[in-house]
Amino acid sequence: MTDAISAAGLVKTFGPTRALDGLDLAVQTGEVHGFLGPNGAGKSTTIRVLLGMMRVDAGTARLLGGDPWADATALHRRLAYVPGDVTLWPNLSGGEVIDLLGRMRGGLDKRRRADLLERFDLDPRKKGRAYSKGNRQKVALVAALASDVELLLLDEPTSGLDPLMEEAFRECIREERRRGDRTVLLSSHILSEVEALCDRLTIIRDGRAVETGTLADLRHLTRTSIQAELAAPANGLAALPGVHDLLAENGTVRFDVETAALDPVLRELAAAGVRSLVSRPPTLEELFLRHYDRTGAAGEKEPEVSR
Amino acid sequence: MKELTGTGKLIRLILRRDRWLMPLWVLFLGLVPISYVATINELFPTAAGRQEYAGASAHNAGFVALYGPLSGSSLGELVAWRAGFLPVMIGLFSILTVIRHTRTEEEAGRRELLGATVTGRHAGLAAALITTLAANAVLGAILAAGMIGQGLPTAGSWALGAGFASTGWVFAATAAVAAQLTSGAGSARGIAITILGTAYALRVAGDISDLSASGTLSWLSWLSPIGWAHRMYPYGQDEWWPLALAVGVIVVLTTAAVALSARRDIGAGLLPPRLGPATAAPGLRSPLALAWRLHRGLLAGWTAGFVALAVVMGYLAAGIGDLVRDNKEMMDIFARLGGVEGLIDNYLAGTLGLFGLVASAYAIQATLRLREEETSGRAEPVLGTAIGRIRWAGSHLAFSLLGPAVVLAAAGLAMGLTHGLNTGDVGREVPRVLAGAMVQLPAVWVLAAITVLLFGALPRLAAIGWGPLVICLLFGLVGTAMGLDQRVLDISPFTHLPRLPGGEFGVAPLVWLVAIAAGVTAAGLTTLRRRDLPTT
Repeated sequence: MTDAISAAGLVKTFGPTRALDGLDLAVQTGEVHGFLGPNGAGKSTTIRVLLGMMRVDAGTARLLGGDPWADATALHRRLAYVPGDVTLWPNLSGGEVIDLLGRMRGGLDKRRRADLLERFDLDPRKKGRAYSKGNRQKVALVAALASDVELLLLDEPTSGLDPLMEEAFRECIREERRRGDRTVLLSSHILSEVEALCDRLTIIRDGRAVETGTLADLRHLTRTSIQAELAAPANGLAALPGVHDLLAENGTVRFDVETAALDPVLRELAAAGVRSLVSRPPTLEELFLRHYDRTGAAGEKEPEVSR
Repeated sequence: MKELTGTGKLIRLILRRDRWLMPLWVLFLGLVPISYVATINELFPTAAGRQEYAGASAHNAGFVALYGPLSGSSLGELVAWRAGFLPVMIGLFSILTVIRHTRTEEEAGRRELLGATVTGRHAGLAAALITTLAANAVLGAILAAGMIGQGLPTAGSWALGAGFASTGWVFAATAAVAAQLTSGAGSARGIAITILGTAYALRVAGDISDLSASGTLSWLSWLSPIGWAHRMYPYGQDEWWPLALAVGVIVVLTTAAVALSARRDIGAGLLPPRLGPATAAPGLRSPLALAWRLHRGLLAGWTAGFVALAVVMGYLAAGIGDLVRDNKEMMDIFARLGGVEGLIDNYLAGTLGLFGLVASAYAIQATLRLREEETSGRAEPVLGTAIGRIRWAGSHLAFSLLGPAVVLAAAGLAMGLTHGLNTGDVGREVPRVLAGAMVQLPAVWVLAAITVLLFGALPRLAAIGWGPLVICLLFGLVGTAMGLDQRVLDISPFTHLPRLPGGEFGVAPLVWLVAIAAGVTAAGLTTLRRRDLPTT
């Protein structure tokens, strides 16, 4: 399958700050790709490079088979973009903005527009200055989702939406995913959103991709939390590789274990005699938070494993 | 006074935010008149020379329109008269400052942020007003102190300073009211500037009428706060009571602003927002159609303002002849300058030149809309569609280049028509005056093109585009009085325009200016194509 987006080694500096520092990104055609990272990680800069609004200092990017800088106008006919911070013209109504952006993109599905307006509960007659942040976001979302395009670039599209509208948005993306003919790059810093919607994801931090893969791939990188009441002390546990944060008191042990090390750990527990066992399945939350934590270095994971 | 809690802190915030801008206009406008003292002293060292100059100038309708009435010939009176246009600028800066710290803050949502802290309901308005009033007071004091330092009479210097400051105060208070009316800062600014423009037009109409024998409309000047400052006659009678008029109006306006502000919600205006259409009209499908929606209000406003001013100035033209016909001595002087006919043409050409300069302000303002669209983030969704940068920029430039053409054509037609109706020869005057208006266009385009280039090459400094206009204004208004070398004056594109009607018409300079404008615009668009589109 060809990639809708492929970028390698993107570098973009603004004076002394390196917004992108060798970023790699591959988004396959037809997938919903999560683009996760803390604020200031470089998500918006990447998207603006892909839109041809910024030129990179180094690296190559391909978008729908074209050069995002040189072929910008032609490529934009085939994509729709929702900025992270939507500003509207104060004297144009929401409906006018939706139609205008759709027409300049090359077409708008009228039925879908009406349907989306209803689902997002948006009054298209209000003037731009009268909308709240969430409603401005909805205007941009309706304009993008009602367009007949191959690629959707969504930059934190749910910021400012209430939970009900967030669910409406998720439903729309799930529909896109089922139809399978559109590619979506969904930037977000909310893990649950990405977990609920995406086939694959890329986590970026400080302008670099630190993890990329399917949700299952990434779950392998995470740990299962285990709490067990044992008949006898399991002294061998501490020595096993892949066991972290071991706590033992009054015959109860608590620890986290890497997915690859589950087998020997369970054998060790069984040998000691298990009276009760609670196992919390791996979540991305932990992995994600580890990458979010800016106090630790990016390479923190390796020394932990070898501990 | 819990309504005013936190005013002091907000004043400090305003001073911090305006720490460059405010001292700049206060100092500039306060010091410029002081520089006139030396200039006029040098040009007219003797009392007799001043008297001759004053005698001719006091009856020149163009001068009176621009600077106001001249009632004496002392050095101080000439200096104060020459600085007569500056109160309009002071009013403008006062309006911009007050709106910037009231309605703009509110529209951006920053007032809400501050309003949730321990600040009183009226603290924001009070802080903006107090700061602007104080800035004007400082301006007046600097001016008065400078004039005294140049050896001019103390009482007159203080009268001049007070007149300047009071004009700023009146328009600061006007802006405070305007800021309560609309929810958008742009329309609030528009309302206040329209009032300023009206005040100026009333003063011009009143003062010019005062020149004519009948003087039936001279009372119009008394409706204008700008007229009040002139009626203090600094260095002449030194009348102080017009100041009481100004103070009275300030009290009334401030009370009104506070009352209006107390009656409305934060973020809302008194004029209610209206609903728009649910779907776009079929025509709204291109960047040009979008630009029309964004520019039409500005275009209509400028056109209306120009037509109004052109009607007044055109109406006055024929009367210029009457002024001198009664005066044998003056008649002799002007006979040498081409007779009454030449005098009227001279007045028309001078006025049209001024129109050209002012139309450039519109051209620059419309061009800077591009930058506004970019920084606000509104350009991004448009450029994210199949619209290229050049098409997007072109749609706005259509208005910054053709808008001034519309405005000047409307002004030329209106002025030619009113003057023609007066002289009974519409067929002759309309094309002559219209041509005089249209020849301004190449110079206007050059100034717009410089702004385009700045926007393309140095987007963060695009506002410097106003600089060349300020220079051209200075050269046009006081260049010869400042005794500048012709080679320096030649920097201004307006210097090269034929003076129509009456002057010699040459195509070459127009072709050159158009070529320069086209080249600079093209360079600006090329740089725009190559640069990043940052939102900051």
